[in-house]
Amino acid sequence: MNFPKDLKYSRDHEWTKAEEGHALVGITDYAQDKLGSIVFVELPIQGGNFKKGDVLVTVDSVKAVAEVYAPVSGQVEEVNESLRDNPEWINRDAYGQGWMVKLKLVDSTETNSLLSPEAYQAFVAEEEAKG
Amino acid sequence: MRYIPNAESDWGEMLQTIGVERLEDLIRILPEPLRLKEPLHLPSPLAEMELVQHLLSLSESKRMVSFLGAGAYDHFIPAVVDHVLRKSEFYTAYTPYQPEVSQGTLQAIFEFQTLICQLTGMEVANASVYDGASAVAEGVLMAQRLKGGKKCLLARTVHPEARFVTRTYTRPSALELREIPYRAEGSTDLDALRDLIDEETSAVVLQQPNFFGCLEDLEEAAAIAHAQGALMIVAVAEPLSMALLQPPGLLGADIVVGEGQSFGNALSFGGPYVGFFASKEVFLRAMPGRLVGETVDRQGRRGFVLAVATREQHIRREKATSNICTNQALCALAVLVYLSTLGKEGLKELARANLSKCEYAKKRLGELGRLRFSGPTFNEFVIRLNRDPQIILPALLQQGIIGGFPLKKFYAEMETEVLVCVTERNSRQEIDRLIEALEKALREAR
Amino acid sequence: MKEKWPGASGLVLEEPLIFERGGKGRKGYSLPKLDVDEADPKEIWPSKWIRQEWQGFPELSEVEVVRHFTRLAQWNYGVDSGFYPLGSCTMKYNPKVNEDLARLPGFSGLHPYQPEEMAQGALRLMYELENFLGRISGMDRVTLQPSAGAQGELTGLLMIRAYLTDRGNPRKKVLVPDTAHGTNPASSSLCGYRVVQVKSNERGILSPQAIEEKMDEEVAALMVTNPNTLGLFEEHICRIAEVVHQKGGQIYCDGANLNALLGLSRVGDMNVDVLHFNLHKTFSTPHGGGGPGAGPVGVKEHLADYLPLPTIVKDQDRFRLEYDRPRSIGKVRSFYGNFGVLVRAYAYILSMGPEGLKRASLVALLNANYLRAKLKDFYSLPYESACMHECVFSDRLQNPYGVTALDIAKRLMDYGFHPPTIYFPSLVHGALMIEPTESEAKETLDQFIAAMVQIAREAQTDPGLLQNAPHKTKVSRLDEVLANRKPRLRWKP
Repeated sequence: MNFPKDLKYSRDHEWTKAEEGHALVGITDYAQDKLGSIVFVELPIQGGNFKKGDVLVTVDSVKAVAEVYAPVSGQVEEVNESLRDNPEWINRDAYGQGWMVKLKLVDSTETNSLLSPEAYQAFVAEEEAKG
Repeated sequence: MRYIPNAESDWGEMLQTIGVERLEDLIRILPEPLRLKEPLHLPSPLAEMELVQHLLSLSESKRMVSFLGAGAYDHFIPAVVDHVLRKSEFYTAYTPYQPEVSQGTLQAIFEFQTLICQLTGMEVANASVYDGASAVAEGVLMAQRLKGGKKCLLARTVHPEARFVTRTYTRPSALELREIPYRAEGSTDLDALRDLIDEETSAVVLQQPNFFGCLEDLEEAAAIAHAQGALMIVAVAEPLSMALLQPPGLLGADIVVGEGQSFGNALSFGGPYVGFFASKEVFLRAMPGRLVGETVDRQGRRGFVLAVATREQHIRREKATSNICTNQALCALAVLVYLSTLGKEGLKELARANLSKCEYAKKRLGELGRLRFSGPTFNEFVIRLNRDPQIILPALLQQGIIGGFPLKKFYAEMETEVLVCVTERNSRQEIDRLIEALEKALREAR
Repeated sequence: MKEKWPGASGLVLEEPLIFERGGKGRKGYSLPKLDVDEADPKEIWPSKWIRQEWQGFPELSEVEVVRHFTRLAQWNYGVDSGFYPLGSCTMKYNPKVNEDLARLPGFSGLHPYQPEEMAQGALRLMYELENFLGRISGMDRVTLQPSAGAQGELTGLLMIRAYLTDRGNPRKKVLVPDTAHGTNPASSSLCGYRVVQVKSNERGILSPQAIEEKMDEEVAALMVTNPNTLGLFEEHICRIAEVVHQKGGQIYCDGANLNALLGLSRVGDMNVDVLHFNLHKTFSTPHGGGGPGAGPVGVKEHLADYLPLPTIVKDQDRFRLEYDRPRSIGKVRSFYGNFGVLVRAYAYILSMGPEGLKRASLVALLNANYLRAKLKDFYSLPYESACMHECVFSDRLQNPYGVTALDIAKRLMDYGFHPPTIYFPSLVHGALMIEPTESEAKETLDQFIAAMVQIAREAQTDPGLLQNAPHKTKVSRLDEVLANRKPRLRWKP
């Protein structure tokens, strides 16, 4: 399992890369592994406004649907259009080519309440232990 | 107990294994107050012979010459269809959730989906829904999901049962349904449509041919709909018409729904029938119902599976595109076998025969000055009796003829109008008999 | 003699798509010579409305059509092929005489708008069937209109909504147990209700306290299945119904598992307000590869006004269709229902009689409990209590070897059995839901047990064999990811 050091995380298994009033959002390696092969991604429309905790993206595997929540509030600036034809990039490269949405931040301080890589890693270990 | 193999001699060992003494002990799990103390109040069982006799007497009917259409059509069904439907591997199988042992059903549905696409000119079709009427309702709900909006416009010439069902389905939502009136020549009033439509409209629904048998200008209607950002839904009650008509998909339809009963499914007092549902590929994820897709197995062999199931109730539950679970698979199979048997040439020939016979009937009734609408039709049209149909139609019944469907049942403004349908089942003599009997009845009713 | 199973290898014939067969000009159809002048569409219709394109339509002789579908049929496994223990589907035997009866010309040729005096036999059949279902279930009035269970659910919920609206407030929520079938929340949504989930207790059933916690004056109904999808009887149903009724809500019962209760208990006695039947489950009408079924709905008298139109009324000796019902919810489908399916269910009830139906349920219970007793040493049982007509196992004992419910299901095919339902209800990890029904002889059950025992052994000694199963079928482990990523939903010319 991969937990890149330069990212922040949420308990719903999203990662956030914040820089200068923007944030890139995706789902973690742990999340894609649990979901299995992803077959379809429903991305938000450009310009859409989302509050922290709103459903931002839905991800379909063959037998399940998962909701991805906005880890921070913001407006959709850009979405990863390539995921429409290549949803499997989320499985292959969750933190790189599998990025989902670029948000224009409303309140940069919201990222402070996100988890550090170490805290997230510990959280994942707890989840695994619960089984 | 011919349907229950385990007889009393088998129970002993089984009960012992379970650890109870008698069969009745198995209902200890039921709270005592809920256990029935008396047998069910039902008739004593019939032996097979008695059962057949009883049902024969219930089904007994006089052979009539019929000119009834109105959403259920009497076409000849070749013997092949029933022979295939009686193959128990088809009819005793379940929904194909385990594809390795259901390739027959899955490939058949894939072929059905393909034929519906070809007929309607649409890009994707599902494995069927319950019937044409609920297909219209599902289409309206789908358009609502895609477009938002506050209202949906349905032509008054869409089958009244389909409109009624759509009203029932949409009552819990805030969706407003408005009716588009029809013109004097029998088709939908497109000027009225222009007045009624606005940017709050999610869809426009027309039926082709419409309930009066008249043809609609789908292209014009679609243009009006699209100009306001609404979807164009076309409902088809008599799909045989699509054998001669330009497919709605080539005329601007976004969703095409309809009733497949005409193809290989008996009239059967209203059911089971089979609704078809087709749309543009871009709307795929909003479509209701099952879909079968092509794929390969581990060894690269072609096979078929249920696909894009994440739209459906068993996965998406309350967020599903519909609640539909069972479809009408065996009826869809009948459609497939029927169309395969007819083939391209047979379908064209049959459609032309229907059109020709109907035109003959129209001509003769036109000579009596009875045609209600001047617009072009396929195999149904409306006549005006200027007498109470409740007097004329029974007179025809006396002579073994069901003259048609009295429209007053659904259209209060049509007091003496009757919808007449002619198919390949009606011979020229029968049509002539209808005309004679009508003339006589009308004369005597003076 | 070594244990024998039905799963052998036979000659499986390859067959392409129907569009890949045939040839130009071939026809399987004959029409009589036209006895009127041929009409030319070009003379009657605007030319731009006339079809131009005919690509891709099949052109086959009757022989090719028959071969095609005969081969396709051979790839299918049906109840007539063998044991089909799909939990909650009740894959019982479909009586053959019923196939003939539904096809009687007087029924198959009957147009739905035929004058009522000519349809008396059909109307009488429907009227009597409504009555039979009412007596079997203890509900007061029945409608045969819904085409399937899911449509029955919608009908029932719409009636509840109309009833509550008449009392001032349709309300906003429906309570649905965590064991519910997916159609339950989907139907609730369709009806404009928000779904609130209620958790079952450690015994796998609903407790009155759990309902009390979620019940308030904005809850329109509780949807319950009894027995539930774990095959367990909801013991507290009467008390639960009281809790809901006290705050003005209604109880909807999903009747999918009615095969456990025929002649033994009546849902109507459990304080239930609405119930749907699945004729294609409990009442032996064929599943058809995915329909047509029928989902009649039974209600208690206080909801009778809301039944869909038309209802069937008996006037002395005559039957007629009644449309003058101002409070009706309307119609959920065209015409009156899946009549051909209704004929089969009617014939089944007449063939079985009260004792036969009771025996069916008792033997269904017997068969399921027998399987439970024989398999509990090999597969993990999530719940202690005895089951009713179906039992749910889990794949937990097989997991350590890397074997899942899916692998077990696929391996069963090699033994010649249709797998049970897997991964439902989701409450149970790796669920295997087995419903034998009463239609199976003890020898069949013993064969199945022996196969399951062998598979449990294979899981330990040779897990790869299971992970790569099935080995004897025409295709194996189809790529569902590919089917979903790049959907190909039709053949293209």
